[in-house]
Amino acid sequence: MQKRISNLPFQGTKEQEEKLHAVIAKHKGEQGAVMPVLHEAQEIYGYLPVEVQTMVADGLGVPLEEVFGVSTFYSQFSLTPKGKYNISVCLGTACYVKGAAAVLDRVSQILGIQPEECTQDGLFSLTACRCVGACGLAPVMTVNDDVYGRLAPEEVDGILAKYQA
Amino acid sequence: MDHVQVKINGMPFSVPKDSTVLEAARYAGIDIPTLCYLKGINEIGACRMCVVEVKGARSLVASCVYPVNEGMEVFTNTPKVQESRRMTLEMLLSVHNRNCLSCKRSGSCELQALCQELGVENAAEFDGALPEAQTDTSTLHLVRDNSKCILCRRCVAACQDQFVSVIGTNSRGFDTHIGCSFERPLSDVTCVSCGQCIVACPTGALVEKDQCQEVLDAINDPSKYVVVQTAPSIRATLGECFGMPVGANVKGKMVAALRRLGFDKVFDADFGADLTILEESHEFIDRVQNGGVLPLITSCSPGWVKFCEHYYPDLLPNVSSCKSPQQMTGAVIKTWYAEKNGIDPKDIVVVSIMPCTAKKFESQRDDQNAAGPGIEDVDIVLTTRELARLINLAHINFARLPDEDFDPALGITTGAGAIFGATGGVMEAALRTAADVLEGHPVDQIEYQEVRGTEGIKEAVYKIAGMDVKVAVVSGLKNANEVLSKVRSGEADYHFIEIMCCPGGCVNGGGQPIQPAAVRNFTDLKAIRAKALYEEDRNLPLRKSHESPVVKTVYEEYFGEPGSHKAHEVLHTTYVARSRF
Repeated sequence: MQKRISNLPFQGTKEQEEKLHAVIAKHKGEQGAVMPVLHEAQEIYGYLPVEVQTMVADGLGVPLEEVFGVSTFYSQFSLTPKGKYNISVCLGTACYVKGAAAVLDRVSQILGIQPEECTQDGLFSLTACRCVGACGLAPVMTVNDDVYGRLAPEEVDGILAKYQA
Repeated sequence: MDHVQVKINGMPFSVPKDSTVLEAARYAGIDIPTLCYLKGINEIGACRMCVVEVKGARSLVASCVYPVNEGMEVFTNTPKVQESRRMTLEMLLSVHNRNCLSCKRSGSCELQALCQELGVENAAEFDGALPEAQTDTSTLHLVRDNSKCILCRRCVAACQDQFVSVIGTNSRGFDTHIGCSFERPLSDVTCVSCGQCIVACPTGALVEKDQCQEVLDAINDPSKYVVVQTAPSIRATLGECFGMPVGANVKGKMVAALRRLGFDKVFDADFGADLTILEESHEFIDRVQNGGVLPLITSCSPGWVKFCEHYYPDLLPNVSSCKSPQQMTGAVIKTWYAEKNGIDPKDIVVVSIMPCTAKKFESQRDDQNAAGPGIEDVDIVLTTRELARLINLAHINFARLPDEDFDPALGITTGAGAIFGATGGVMEAALRTAADVLEGHPVDQIEYQEVRGTEGIKEAVYKIAGMDVKVAVVSGLKNANEVLSKVRSGEADYHFIEIMCCPGGCVNGGGQPIQPAAVRNFTDLKAIRAKALYEEDRNLPLRKSHESPVVKTVYEEYFGEPGSHKAHEVLHTTYVARSRF
């Protein structure tokens, strides 16, 4: 599946930018500098929007398309921000056969976002992940570090409401 | 050169030590098929079409990148090789838009040719899921249809070679596709419209934006006076579209074909080239004598101009304010010629036949409307390939046409104009005129050999009127970048630089006939096509732009002298700084 590209407004700070410029300066001139710089950029910003990738391309003196190509090739790079609360719905085998797809649909429906997207208010982001190692609790969903198991789709509403308060 | 002994299909050959297996096979008279390989540009061994068996090797090897060694035994045509190539083609076809009948590249498609050669018939065998079909029609010059893309990456390599790199491979696996950063349309990135990606494409995934119908509509509209002009390089390449050898000069037949297509007048953009030389050499002399910005850089090549606007906006004051020959010819047609012949410029349609896709962009730029707001100097630009399509559409038998002459009003031109189509041509033409003007008398020297040839960067120093004039001639934007970074840093102290966007100049432009990789990899297209233009120059009675009787008349009747106020209004233009991202 192709990666989703965020259309949320960029909210980078001066501090983040200074950090990124330091990272770029550290790697500039190295062969294959794009990968390590993108890694650190994602640590700084949480994701890699066009504004960040442009700074990386400009700073390293490589074409923006090359940076983008790398960022879309490797699955660990994300082009969408994470919300204050990141919801992961497990679609591993055990969860899947126990009806995780319906749970994911329900979350998606309530929040109005697809997996790999973030809500406009920045509160929730949604990820469809593979096994979280809690198959005994299938189907499983996590909200940041909170784990919810043996879920039925209709329970999702109440769980999300707790975080919206 | 050191040689090694190899056996190819059991026969012994002595081949240069640094050959690839693909090159070595040519000594045995075998052209191993390729898809992704473009010599010097894309050597990645990815498509697996060129696989061969090598004795002792664990698996089939990609001959385009596999070096020969002493005693090597190669087999190029075993059942295993054939089966592998066939399988590769079947896999490509399984996700390929097989709408071949109506494809612009039908007949010149490298994938189609290979399928025929290898007898791949059962294309539906592996039909299944298809990647998302994406088309990009956002620019004025090309259409990208990814449903016909085979991911050979030749376009990506060509774009990199131009130092532009606005297209690349995005995503991975089944989703891999050619696109721009953040999936933006090509019109939103820093594409310079050079079209080198189009001539690199083996299939119909990249084609020029076809404007043939617009031309037909104009010709069929009785209220329109439709005039055509052809760029210097078209006569040296158009014949290739009709099976003639590379480098054949088909000027006479080209003019005859255009007349039969129904154009009211057939003019030569060599006239605009001659005019450019008068204005540009005047500008050069003026800058030298009055302390203007140097080096002066030529402005004929719209791909180069757009590159400068994106990547070197600080050097825009160095770029000549002269319009390109195409735009000058158009401007003169819609001003001087229209007035002289009592035609309303609004009723004139100027069609250009250009070697260039960036000319489609150039004609729609601001400040290219000498006859008034809304009246473009040039209305429609066709590439060489589109002209061939029009000729075929009209069922004109090109090979049997007689040789005809351009309409004389804007058709008598000089050898200086003719060589504009090759890298170094503009410089040489400018030197011929500048030397005569500065020395105050006709100078004997006509040929400036040092600026000829297909090397990407050429330098020379000429003594003109007691002054050492330091010139550079550059083609290909990677080379332009190299020279410009030296100009920017102050490391280079040239007086005059010619820059052409495409490697080798217009003869190798993005609108020129597409030769398959099998030809392109082993033929110096640039040099052979350029030779036709230098021959034309040598055989013309007039070889200096300022000797052109048409140019003289236009100045006498209309502009006064080069660099006059009127000339500036009609023949000069402005540029805009653009973003790098």
